[in-house]
Amino acid sequence: MSLATPSTVRELPPSTWGRVRKSRRVADKAMRIITASFTMIAIFVLFWILGMLIVKGIGGLSVATFTQTMPGPGSQGGGLANAIVGSIILTFLGIAIATPIGVLAGTYLAEYGKGSKLADLIRFINDILLSAPSILIGLFVYVILVEPLGGYSGWAGGVALGIIAIPVIVRTTEDMLRLVPGPLREAGSALGAPTSVVITSITWKAAKSGMVTGILLALARIAGETAPLIFTALNNSFWFSPDLLGGVSNLPVTIYQFASAPYENWQQLAWAGSLIITMSILVLSIVARRIVRGAK
Amino acid sequence: MTAVTDPMSIPAAHVQRKTPKGTFDLIFRNASFLSALFVLLLLAGIMLSMVIGGWPAFRAMGLGFITGTQWDTQADVYGAWPAIAGTLSTAFLALVIGVPLSLGIAVYLTQLAPPWFKQPVSTAIELLAAVPSIIYGMWGLFVFVPLFAAYVQQPLSNIVEGMPIVGTILYSRSPSGLGILTAGIILAFMIIPFVASIVRDMLDQIPSVLRESAYGIGATTWEVVRHVLVPQAGVSIIGAIMLGLGRALGETMAVTFVVGNANRLSASIMDPGSTIASRIANEFNEAIGLQLNALIALGCILFFVTFVVLVIARILVARVKAF
Repeated sequence: MSLATPSTVRELPPSTWGRVRKSRRVADKAMRIITASFTMIAIFVLFWILGMLIVKGIGGLSVATFTQTMPGPGSQGGGLANAIVGSIILTFLGIAIATPIGVLAGTYLAEYGKGSKLADLIRFINDILLSAPSILIGLFVYVILVEPLGGYSGWAGGVALGIIAIPVIVRTTEDMLRLVPGPLREAGSALGAPTSVVITSITWKAAKSGMVTGILLALARIAGETAPLIFTALNNSFWFSPDLLGGVSNLPVTIYQFASAPYENWQQLAWAGSLIITMSILVLSIVARRIVRGAK
Repeated sequence: MTAVTDPMSIPAAHVQRKTPKGTFDLIFRNASFLSALFVLLLLAGIMLSMVIGGWPAFRAMGLGFITGTQWDTQADVYGAWPAIAGTLSTAFLALVIGVPLSLGIAVYLTQLAPPWFKQPVSTAIELLAAVPSIIYGMWGLFVFVPLFAAYVQQPLSNIVEGMPIVGTILYSRSPSGLGILTAGIILAFMIIPFVASIVRDMLDQIPSVLRESAYGIGATTWEVVRHVLVPQAGVSIIGAIMLGLGRALGETMAVTFVVGNANRLSASIMDPGSTIASRIANEFNEAIGLQLNALIALGCILFFVTFVVLVIARILVARVKAF
């Protein structure tokens, strides 16, 4: 018996596939090649898009892009200064609206509403809002703010972006607070701190980096949103008025309007704007991911 | 001496400390409760505003608003069918193309990728989700459309011309590159990161004992995926696909760039069409009167369709998270 074993081993072909039927081997090989090439296709598309933005956008970048306002039809030169500043204002307005509401709602779901039916319902609805089409949120804000107040405004744009950001912040806040171990809260309560103090000075502190990530991700999500702004902040080619009433220029809608315009300097600016906005968003999301990984 | 004064100062400090914190506690609790209710209110508000804003159009057109194929702003006749059909067909094509790609990526990332390669690839796939919709539109219109017209539409039209069925579905009258299929392809790339990352998380959650025992009885990687992982992830994969469908249905800017924005209905997926979202984005700023109501009514239809799809998706995805 002990002599027979080595001889059978020697008869096997050197491949580890020796005893596997050919059809199974081929199916496995095919699956490996197909899944790997699918992954390559997706990565290729990402780099294709980024490459396109760099090749076409870099020519439009100059000092004037950041210092001059948008050019009128048929005029030469011009920049995107007002659109960039407008975009920053609208985005931060949205985050300023969404952060307190989102953080508090997420805190309720994680801390107060454990096991309650209402909290389950809110969590479910929040998940649906998370993937609701942004164009509907634009229409909603148009109906409740733009139509009654009689005009497009930066405020309506900020509110629309805020509504898109809220579910993102609620979700990440809740997830991050749930990661905080229970004994930490119990230790706080044992010292006599009321629930609110336990949450604000213990749980929030422990979950801080995760919550900041949620806000950064929300920022990245709304910075490139175009559809809701068409119905709310619209756009114009001048510096916006300080009260943010009337159209407020912003990058996404500018890109939308300039991209297929017949003027060459407009198209150039659309590409430059696309490059600026995409790179800022990608940097934001990569930074957010780094923070999460650092926290873990 | 100090020992005598200390006990006296403690009760005083205790009283001072307790009162303000008690009110803060109450305010904080109520504020977080109201914020959570606000999320409910948002969804109800969106639903109500769509129904009320679109009501005049529903009333004027009746059922014809959904089944009608004419969208005539001069005659004030609005039929949403071409837009609804366009929305459904672009989303369907996006799933047909995007789902196999997403599943393949998820399997590759969880089962096959070497460890050092896994993290960068995961990040790259997730960054596809971070690229704004309008950038996909720019890429689609200026890079993809010309290539698609020259290398796919024209040769394909020449081949299928005159053939039954295929000749109708794949023939393009004007091979411009714009159309329903182009929108479907762009949408496919936009839903990949969402579907792939959910399926990847699902596959990662499956206890590795199951995998190892399958390998132990001599299964190949393909057999482990096909007979162990897929049945285990089961309905949650359908949930992830529905989530992708929800995205594809409501996507606006990218589709507006490449769908061609034609108001007529065509049997060919190579011809220009329009979706609900692209119609709204295109016409909204010039719309007045009943046209505005009709556009909001379109939004209302989109809302209810995506709402149903997303509810089913979340139920299916949540069911597996529990195990």
